[in-house]
Amino acid sequence: MFSGFMVNAWIVASVVAAIAGLVGFFTVLRGSAFAAHAVPNGSFAGAAGAVLIGANTLLGLGVFSLLSVLGIGWLGRRGRHDVVTALMLVLMLALGSLFLSLSSQYAPAVYSLLFGEVLGISSNELAPTIALAIACAVILAVIYRPLMLSSVLAEVGEARGVSASAMELGFLALLALATTMTVPVVGTLLIFSLMIGAPAAARSFTDRPGRALLLSVAIALLTVWAAIAASYSTDYPVGFFVGSISAAGYLLGRAWSAFSQRSHSTPGSSTRDYAATAA
Amino acid sequence: MSEPGAPSSPRREEVLSLDGVGVRFGARHVLDGVSFQLAAGELTGLIGSNGAGKTTLLRVILGLQRPSAGRVLVDGRPLARRERRIGYVPQKFLLDPDVPMRARDLVALGLDAQRFGVSRPSKAKRELVQQMLEATGASAFADSRVGRLSGGEQQRVLIAHALISRPRLLLLDEPLANLDLRSAQETVGLLARIVREQQVAVLISAHEMNPLLPVMDRIVYLAAGRAASGRAEEVVSSEVLSRLYGQHVDVLNVHGRVLVVAGAGEEADHISGNGVHPPVEIVS
Amino acid sequence: MSVLLASVSDQGFLSSSPIRTALVIGAAVAIVSGALGVFTVIRGQSFAGEALGDIGTTGGSAAYLLGVGPLWGFVAVSMLAAAAMELLGVQRVRGRDLATGIVLGGGLGLAALFLYLDSTYHNAAGASVTILFGAIFSISSSTVPVVVALGLAVLAILITIHRPLLLSSVAPEIASARGIPIRAVGAAYLLALALSVSLCAITIGAILSTALLIGPAAAALRLTTRPLRAIASAAGLGIAAVWIGVWLAYESYYWPPDHQGWPVSFFVVALVFVIYLASGLPRIWSARAERRADRSVALSSGEA
Repeated sequence: MFSGFMVNAWIVASVVAAIAGLVGFFTVLRGSAFAAHAVPNGSFAGAAGAVLIGANTLLGLGVFSLLSVLGIGWLGRRGRHDVVTALMLVLMLALGSLFLSLSSQYAPAVYSLLFGEVLGISSNELAPTIALAIACAVILAVIYRPLMLSSVLAEVGEARGVSASAMELGFLALLALATTMTVPVVGTLLIFSLMIGAPAAARSFTDRPGRALLLSVAIALLTVWAAIAASYSTDYPVGFFVGSISAAGYLLGRAWSAFSQRSHSTPGSSTRDYAATAA
Repeated sequence: MSEPGAPSSPRREEVLSLDGVGVRFGARHVLDGVSFQLAAGELTGLIGSNGAGKTTLLRVILGLQRPSAGRVLVDGRPLARRERRIGYVPQKFLLDPDVPMRARDLVALGLDAQRFGVSRPSKAKRELVQQMLEATGASAFADSRVGRLSGGEQQRVLIAHALISRPRLLLLDEPLANLDLRSAQETVGLLARIVREQQVAVLISAHEMNPLLPVMDRIVYLAAGRAASGRAEEVVSSEVLSRLYGQHVDVLNVHGRVLVVAGAGEEADHISGNGVHPPVEIVS
Repeated sequence: MSVLLASVSDQGFLSSSPIRTALVIGAAVAIVSGALGVFTVIRGQSFAGEALGDIGTTGGSAAYLLGVGPLWGFVAVSMLAAAAMELLGVQRVRGRDLATGIVLGGGLGLAALFLYLDSTYHNAAGASVTILFGAIFSISSSTVPVVVALGLAVLAILITIHRPLLLSSVAPEIASARGIPIRAVGAAYLLALALSVSLCAITIGAILSTALLIGPAAAALRLTTRPLRAIASAAGLGIAAVWIGVWLAYESYYWPPDHQGWPVSFFVVALVFVIYLASGLPRIWSARAERRADRSVALSSGEA
């Protein structure tokens, strides 16, 4: 399981999972889960286009991910429930299916773009993936603190000079990079499971932001590793395991937080000691 | 009203100074010729009905709105692009109950959130955070998730977050608006204590001045974009307010609570509401 | 126009059995989804429709595996999902809900597994494409009666509950005050939605089905506010999209690059999108006409 071409697969998948966990953490924090649903649709069309014209898939993914995040940024939060947005998302999928149908690889390409194909990752995708990951990590390290504040309390951030729109732009850039890297591994239909499932589960297990971030990464890594190992031994597709493990992890997290909330009696705020605040 | 006959205190350090500030949106003057000074260790109420220009004025002070006229000075110097001398507690903030952030973490973020890069935790920082939590009475729920606290508790956390970077001025936008009576009273008491202990200037905006009367050192009363400022008993009088509104209003003092009542007449409708009561028929 | 007529009356087009089947099924589905779509848009439950479509993928691919027609898979699984949504009280499934997306992801992972098994064990390599993006020309004519029957079932449900459904969608408190069993009506609606989404799924594919469900309906609602007129318009616009889509797909056999034809579902989705955008034009035109009228009134009164 660890020899030859599999080494590539393990490295790429680990790098991808780590970034997905990091960026996914902020996606959930900012309540932008919709973006994790919408951007992959756009990148599907881009990847399909790349397949059609014989270009590098990562390039197609990258360009269309970028266009999609710009589109989302332009539509703003308003776009979420619009009919236009819903129709555009479906149009992207239909466009992708058109491109693929015109290429000679219709069915297999459809399957691998939608559900992932980690075992087919070639060695010349290793370098660009790592480059993208480093770019992501650097951007994140730089804007970590202001992004945290702006994501939780945008107005207070603005008052301190942290521009909410600059942070949104930075976050969208991260999302585009992460999507580009992750689609080849888990596919556009299952990106949501990995990128959102891991942080959503993580927040059930810890209160602290730093720990929740690390836990997101850890859960994403474990998910992908288990999925690859299972896929290798059963020959079943990796996407199946990613989807099920993410769902299971999330439900486990919800069960845990429901359980721990009931066992810790939370005193009502009216009984709190306010003696310290006597004027 | 503050205690009558209190001796006038010696001039305190001036923290904020507005001089002839005006804001114009197109042909509309939202603010016109607003001038006042805030001093350290003083609690000032920014009173005005909704639409009087309170939010715009706060935005000018925060540097989020450029005034079309006049200037704003903090500690005698103009506003910086990333102003750290002013702390801010907004009126509305939505905190997801599942957000993995404890009250303690949010307060810690107040120390250096605007700096790039990752921060290094240190014992000194932890102690500072603990101190601030205790000063705002938030230490009891410091380790709970911020999104699960009540509105009043969240507000304390936000006050601690704003105070921890030792601002010169603390701005609160309608802090009492969504609180029940008991929580509102506690908040008012807390803010009065903070003003004394931290020697910071505090500006609280509100559309109802009565809850603040016991603790207000000064008042800035906004009506139709114009302001009158000074000690409460000087400003809240029929004369001053009538001049401000541009028509006759009466100020009634009922057992220490103040009622501003519009005089009779058609123009009364324009100013009624949110602090100014419609004309009252006096039954003898 | 003459080119259009020429090619339609061309021997190949209408005399081809798959095309006739496609036209009939397409029309039936467009009528049904147009009607149901109007209620869906009014109730703001577009995301529920999308979710059922995605879940349908799991059902369709499982059906393939079992050797049953995908329609039955779509129907069975989406009805189960609708029942689950009803029981859990998730009537208004919000797109923003993390839980929905993650659970759907589990379902899609399962679909991935079934499709893989389809292609490996049943040699149905094209299963992915058929389930996800539809293959309307491959539908056998024996499916037509089933489609018509299911469509009639949906219409029957709608005719029965349309008045209480309308009231409870627009003003739920008034409806319950009048003694309307909101929950039962909502459950019946979800059932009809599941059936309708399944029908769209065999026409243009499970993950594209939303377009046919809400596109024509949303466009119709921009053109008129009266529900019955909206339903008729939605059905008409849907039929136009499907028929023109089928015709374009037929024509595309002569187009580059491969002369293998472009997918019908692409044309239908693109047409629905264009129709929706076009439905915004009347409002823009009338606004412009109003402004021109105002200006001319101002001018003439100025001269007086």
